[in-house]
Amino acid sequence: MPISQLSYEMAHLIGAAVLMAGFQLLYQRRLFAVLNTFAFQAVALAAAAAWQAHIQNAPHLYITAGLALVFKAMIVPFALHWLVEKLGIHRTVETAMSIGWTMMAGVALVALSILLVLPVTVNAAALTRESLALAMSVVLLGLLMMITRHNAVTQVVGFMALENGLILAAVSAKGMPLVVEISIAFSVLVAMTLFGIFFFRIRERFDTLDLNDLETYRGDRQ
Amino acid sequence: MLIAAALSALLALAVLGVLAGGEMWRHRVVYFCCALASLALLIGGLKHLGQTPGTGPAIVLPIGLPWMAAHFRLDNLSALFMVIVNLGTAAASVYGIGYCSHLPEPRRVTPFFPLFLFGMNAVLIADDAFMFLVSWEFMSLASWLLVLADHKNPENRSAAMVYLMMAAFGTFCLLTCFGLLAGPEGAYSFPAMRGGVLEPMTGFLVVLLAVLGAGSKAGLVPLHAWLPLAHPAAPSHVSALMSGVMTKVALYGLIRILFDLHGHVAWGWGAALMVIGGITAVMGVLYAILQDDLKKLLAYSTVENIGVVVIGLGLALAFKDSGEKTLAALALVAGLYHMLNHAIFKTLLFLSAGAVITATGERDLGKLGGLLKRMPWTGAATLVGAAAISALPPLNGFVSEWLIFQSLFKGPGLPHWTMKFGVPVVGAMLALAAALAATCFVRAYGIAFLGRPRSAAAAAAHRLPASMRWTMAMLAVLCIVLGAIPVTVTDALSGVVQPLTGVHFAVSADLGWPWLSPVSSTRGSYSGTVLVMTGLSLFVISILLVHGFGTTKVRRADAWDCGHAEDIPETQYTGQSFAQPLRRVFCSSLFAARETVDMPEPGDQSPARLTVRVIDPIWTYLYLGILRVVDAIADRVNRMQFLTVRRYLLMMFATLVFMLLVVAARQQK
Repeated sequence: MPISQLSYEMAHLIGAAVLMAGFQLLYQRRLFAVLNTFAFQAVALAAAAAWQAHIQNAPHLYITAGLALVFKAMIVPFALHWLVEKLGIHRTVETAMSIGWTMMAGVALVALSILLVLPVTVNAAALTRESLALAMSVVLLGLLMMITRHNAVTQVVGFMALENGLILAAVSAKGMPLVVEISIAFSVLVAMTLFGIFFFRIRERFDTLDLNDLETYRGDRQ
Repeated sequence: MLIAAALSALLALAVLGVLAGGEMWRHRVVYFCCALASLALLIGGLKHLGQTPGTGPAIVLPIGLPWMAAHFRLDNLSALFMVIVNLGTAAASVYGIGYCSHLPEPRRVTPFFPLFLFGMNAVLIADDAFMFLVSWEFMSLASWLLVLADHKNPENRSAAMVYLMMAAFGTFCLLTCFGLLAGPEGAYSFPAMRGGVLEPMTGFLVVLLAVLGAGSKAGLVPLHAWLPLAHPAAPSHVSALMSGVMTKVALYGLIRILFDLHGHVAWGWGAALMVIGGITAVMGVLYAILQDDLKKLLAYSTVENIGVVVIGLGLALAFKDSGEKTLAALALVAGLYHMLNHAIFKTLLFLSAGAVITATGERDLGKLGGLLKRMPWTGAATLVGAAAISALPPLNGFVSEWLIFQSLFKGPGLPHWTMKFGVPVVGAMLALAAALAATCFVRAYGIAFLGRPRSAAAAAAHRLPASMRWTMAMLAVLCIVLGAIPVTVTDALSGVVQPLTGVHFAVSADLGWPWLSPVSSTRGSYSGTVLVMTGLSLFVISILLVHGFGTTKVRRADAWDCGHAEDIPETQYTGQSFAQPLRRVFCSSLFAARETVDMPEPGDQSPARLTVRVIDPIWTYLYLGILRVVDAIADRVNRMQFLTVRRYLLMMFATLVFMLLVVAARQQK
């Protein structure tokens, strides 16, 4: 089915919204704001999946959209929110690299993924190419978030954002089986649960969630 | 057919060797069967050499990798090496029949001995890179196990470790070399490689890797470090094979790649090989002169002889690339001849060293002496071997070294100025090495077999089993025969080199049998046959004269005792004192040899001591240097084990971004 100009623009816009949310995640200085931004990114992702379901005429993608909306936009942010409150975690984001530099690194990563994906996928449809470039940027931004934040909660959010990028890539490529997406969604939930338990345990033992402090407890470091 | 049967028999013998257990007669049976199999292989090789030039039928066996059958083929080159190898293995097997009962643990030797034989022979008939490498590793690992036979000695264990490292390095180089030869299509059979066309850079790398890979096995300086450690560590009949035969298999690999598979090696590599060969020859013999351990001395002498052969091979490469096909054939014939000779006399010498060690339990020259009286057979055979390795006419060593010199004299005729000036230099190195080799063996033989015993063990040397004595006698006879009929040998060899150089060349063409006249009849000619006949007739005539006309009265008198009639064996020349002048001349800078005299104060009754300190520059600076660098890097890398989670993530991220950048950069092209 030929894709109309409007569908293309819309897909592009929603994808860009996911990417923008990725940048916002890097920019936030407060934990709750990070969680809200993450919820927004998940909503945008759900919208992207739904739009893809519409234009590709692939109803199973609606399920993906629903999963993203329920799990990632609601359960995960709420759970993290609850954890932060319950544990009384310090609510500012400790960065390992100044926010300005992080943003610039993010821009460079986006440029890299565009440079990389566009020539590689010359033969693919324009829609897929753009979405893949966006998805890859989101993945790289998630990774960047994981390495530039000290706090364990922000690292988890970085990991989830990375995973959002993967879903975005999956929905924009035709023919990804539904079962894969469902299993990814559930595995994220399991990961979330595990992280939560670990937070409790770590907190109980060490009274902090700052990874810098945790490292001093490792037996192999003097 | 004969060859296939013999090879399968060797594999079966390995199993029998395991089953032999503690019964000595079973070990003897295994060695006897090994000797039979070696003889069968020897006959197979000789039969093939006797045929018209050409390659035997290819045999394809469905073993090995599933998509690649195993290819075997016997051509003239492999047939020649099969003869060389199995001359040595047959001798070592016969020797082993008597020798195995003198080993501390024959059970650790007998099973691996047939495997070692099998590996060496399989390398020769392999017709694809995969089989070649598998057989090569078979040979390396079997010999490694044999080096470890006396594993209770910590020196042997470290020797085996060094050997294993070097063997792995060599095989890695060969593996990469064959990978380059096979090209991206993965044409691993030798006929396909022959047809391939190599780019200049690939060709260069192929030669480099072949020289590193085969050279480390053959013992080219500076890759020789393992050889004098590992060869003496094995039981003597295995040392004989490792030194006399396995190094030849390594050179077979070098010849196969450089002359056959690659085909167009640039003359610069010939020059490089000549220089490496020259350095190897001189360094090897200098090391040998400094040794007091009989087997170590022989191992270093192997390094020297490999250098001599490699000079011939390098010269042949240079001639071939310059279009001088005839001279290339001459140099190659000379190199192959020397390999054949070295296989025989080095096997002989190692076996006699084994005999000396068995009879006395000593391998230190300083504790031997006067063995000729107690072991006349061994002494006589060793004398022939030592004379042959010192290149004395009319023995075989002389012929091959003379031929190498003859081809070297034509070297300045090459069109390149490097060669015009370089060949005489290499020639001078070869001459130096030859002279020093003679010194080395005068020293070794004189100290071990002549004079008076320097220890009680040497004075009580006992008789040896017949199989050991006969083996040495047969090898000594072979040394004489191969020296006496040089033309027959060179004619056979020119059939072997014809496919490699593309020209049929008979060394005896100018003057005909039995004269060797490689360049022209006026430039130089030699006939071992005539020399031997003349010598024999003069001998007979003088015996007749002496007995016919001489007096029959016998006069007995004391031997001249150099002016002091003291009856202490310690006052004799020792190995160290014999080596001292050469050590001072050549080794004070090269090996940083220093002598310090510790003279006690007047009145102090302790003895004066002369301490000699010698540093092996290659081991100290190259190998230990590499070790230090590796240690330092390992220390640095060790810190990576104790990073934080975020740092690990950062490293993964950086690697990912770097890879993506590489891909992106390649896309832009």
